[in-house]
Amino acid sequence: MTDPAITPDLIAGHGLKDDEYARILEIMGREPTFTELGIFSAMWNEHCSYKSSKIHLKKLPTTGPQVICGPGENAGVVDIGDGQAVVFKMESHNHPSYIEPYQGAATGVGGILRDVFTMGARPVASMNALSFGEPSHPKTRQLVHGVVEGIGGYGNCFGVPTVGGEVRFDASYNGNCLVNAFAAGIADADKIFYSAASGVGRPVVYLGAKTGRDGVGGATMASAEFDDTIEEKRPTVQVGDPFTEKRLMEATLELMATGAVVSIQDMGAAGLTCSAVEMGDKGGLGIRLDLDAVPVREENMTAYEMMLSESQERMLMVLDAEKEDVARAVFEKWDLDFAIVGETIAEDRFLIVHNGETRADLPLSTLASSAPEYDRPWEPTPPAEPLGEVEEVDAIDGLRSLIGGVNHCARGWIVAQYDTQVMGDTAVLPGLDAGVIRVHGTTKGLAFTADVTPRYVKANPVEGGKQAVAEAYRNLVARGARPLATTDNLNFGNPEKPVIMGQFVGALDGIGQACAALDMPIVSGNVSLYNETDGTGIDPTPTIGAVGLIEEISKRIDGRAQDGMLALLIGGEGTHLGQSALLAEHMDRRAGDAPTVDLEVERRHGEFVLDNRAYITSCTDLSDGGLALAAFTLAEAAGLGVTLDVTGTAQLFGEDQGRYLLACTFDCAEALMVAAGQASVPLTMVGQFGGDTLNLGGAEAQMSELSALYRSAFETAFG
Amino acid sequence: MKAAVLVFPGSNCDRDLAIAFRAAGFETAMVWHKETELPADVDLVGVPGGFSYGDYLRCGAIAARSPIAAALKAHADRGGFVFAPCNGFQILTEAGMLPGALLRNAGLKYICRTVGLRVEETESAFTSRYDRGQVIDVPIAHHEGNYTADDETIARLNGENLVAFRYVATPNGATDGIAGVLSPNRRVLGMMPHPERAADPLHGGTDGAALFAGVAAALVSA
Repeated sequence: MTDPAITPDLIAGHGLKDDEYARILEIMGREPTFTELGIFSAMWNEHCSYKSSKIHLKKLPTTGPQVICGPGENAGVVDIGDGQAVVFKMESHNHPSYIEPYQGAATGVGGILRDVFTMGARPVASMNALSFGEPSHPKTRQLVHGVVEGIGGYGNCFGVPTVGGEVRFDASYNGNCLVNAFAAGIADADKIFYSAASGVGRPVVYLGAKTGRDGVGGATMASAEFDDTIEEKRPTVQVGDPFTEKRLMEATLELMATGAVVSIQDMGAAGLTCSAVEMGDKGGLGIRLDLDAVPVREENMTAYEMMLSESQERMLMVLDAEKEDVARAVFEKWDLDFAIVGETIAEDRFLIVHNGETRADLPLSTLASSAPEYDRPWEPTPPAEPLGEVEEVDAIDGLRSLIGGVNHCARGWIVAQYDTQVMGDTAVLPGLDAGVIRVHGTTKGLAFTADVTPRYVKANPVEGGKQAVAEAYRNLVARGARPLATTDNLNFGNPEKPVIMGQFVGALDGIGQACAALDMPIVSGNVSLYNETDGTGIDPTPTIGAVGLIEEISKRIDGRAQDGMLALLIGGEGTHLGQSALLAEHMDRRAGDAPTVDLEVERRHGEFVLDNRAYITSCTDLSDGGLALAAFTLAEAAGLGVTLDVTGTAQLFGEDQGRYLLACTFDCAEALMVAAGQASVPLTMVGQFGGDTLNLGGAEAQMSELSALYRSAFETAFG
Repeated sequence: MKAAVLVFPGSNCDRDLAIAFRAAGFETAMVWHKETELPADVDLVGVPGGFSYGDYLRCGAIAARSPIAAALKAHADRGGFVFAPCNGFQILTEAGMLPGALLRNAGLKYICRTVGLRVEETESAFTSRYDRGQVIDVPIAHHEGNYTADDETIARLNGENLVAFRYVATPNGATDGIAGVLSPNRRVLGMMPHPERAADPLHGGTDGAALFAGVAAALVSA
């Protein structure tokens, strides 16, 4: 088979711009081969190179005494005491999920799980943050069913509990759904595995599933906008095999325990290419690959196809040559492919040999480090128009619009499709605020949450970015967990548009400020740009995944409000209706500015909750829907009614930040009042739990009727 | 008291089951599917939940023909105790050790949630610590839990009181709400729900713990 000639069309078809190709010629000093062009395209696309985002990502806070390993490896590593670490990351699989929802979402879960166990950690929890188009859009229903089944199909079989997540619906996602998958694992802090190769002449070993043509060019596809040729892109989506991934995880962890693994990298985007270059570059070594040794499941695959395949459930390792037999035995036990496909070499070369011929011969370190880096022009987002007067609404009508709508109703239909309890350590199921697991064999707990409010980020990227982190912080605190660290999944439109780039820069500014002030550094993350269809971008959606530690799991805040308990509000009265859920869902308006986030106040109020958790039976943070929705959800979870002595639309539905609603006994309320006075935290009694009605300042409805609406709305829309 | 938990390459509730066995006082060994013998003097064998071989053919079909399967059957034939939740139940029906089959859930979706089970039969070690008619809360987590069998078999199971548990409200379309089935000697129990997920106060309920305690008590008094 002869390779195609390198023509301008072929270059453009690889997503390479003219100046980028000129740079390739400069590096090579000759025209690249077809395989080499494919390798450059894979290494330099947005998905792998972060060329538009890198200079801004460098500004994020990534260090702290708790951080063992920040961004740059497969996942972040954070100390949780007693010689243990939590390893976690969130990653998008947006474009593939829109094209083929089941497999796109499934392989998104597979990819993030692999990132975690590649570091030597056994995955113990997963979450997913999903954004879909309007329920009435013709594709939405199919996407919801496919994505949820795909996530469940993969995670349930692999055997990791899903403990949290979020889902939203908005017209801006009609042409681009978002699937952000999070996974966390536990490892001994001194047994973390990294990707840097070391030692010349060591075997490079291929592990896991065989290589096919699936996903060839997938990362390049994910770095372009969609248009009406989208159906033609289906062959670029990979197919997942969770059973193989489960075996790959067990075999990898077993092999790591033998001491045979020098370095390891999973094959994700741009498969063999990215993983080999990463290991060589970080170790300051060259790599020679002999493609004839690569296990394949299709005939006559070319070097180009093998280097760009995104077949799933594969790993690349550099092994201690003396332990090859031990390694082979482990993989044979699990019936997985094990093949020596190359070696580390002293020269700075990435040498690809196939059928006895050299198909690529590239300077490895230059290939890794010379990806273009752009400081793209950006425009700051203009200040939002003031909201103006908002008419008073009937509080019950307003609440019905929220809890009967797909954005704020109960998520039981989704959650029931995920195994939430496998591994036997789940303490708090997904639902309100954060999910919690016990660290196996200890009495420590870890809490997990994923948050962002795209309405806010669009109106005011800086405050919206801060708010995403602040809400994650509050969700952890509301469970009695001390926030530890953060992973970010930054979903935006086309970065070549200054308005979009302005959203990105602003949101990162806000996220950075909040992560620094709340001491939850970013330890891993992923950027997904070009979420646009026919020129229309998504609302900016920087999803924040956060992890908190509960030193003694029995001290988590996880109770149910009891009849007669008081409702206490931390953080003062609601005033801010700009960009609120009430405005969006009840009045169909997107107007005003996002609420401002005072990070010092957030911290003080969070510390107050943590310091006084012994007095608190039940707690939730105030976010979308303000006090009214928080009171409803807290009461509904307890199977009780609630009466709030609060009137006024802004007071009930305002989304001012830094607030929590809690339930406690009369005696505990007294103690909390004293503590709040000393800590300068505004704490007010706003009502009482009990009875069978919801009463919002006089407006009243039967709790059973509201609860039925809340619990059936999702199934009514999509079931 | 000795127990063993079989481990297939896609098992993912093997550790959970071993923990529940150990909590009930069993010395518990893990047995790899490629083995052909169980450890000597094993009293109780657990066939755990999960996706034994990926469940790409029919759930449990390949596991029922795995190298360890013959030893499992021999153990049951000797009158040994076998406890098989979820994928384990599917494996036992595929192996012909219990009657019937588990079809895809009637709603065609995977379901993970806690359900009410009515204890139908207390004449077995597994259910001896419950009262007949007692309702216990136990999680389910499956895609293929819709129990079915021919009319004659269903009539026999009902007539011989071999239905151990029935759903209070059937979530998956199972015939007669059957959630768990006993062998004629009442020493093999297959059930779709996961009592090992309701055996630790952390799980939010401990209704499942009595099942393991019941087998332990039967062995102590034997």
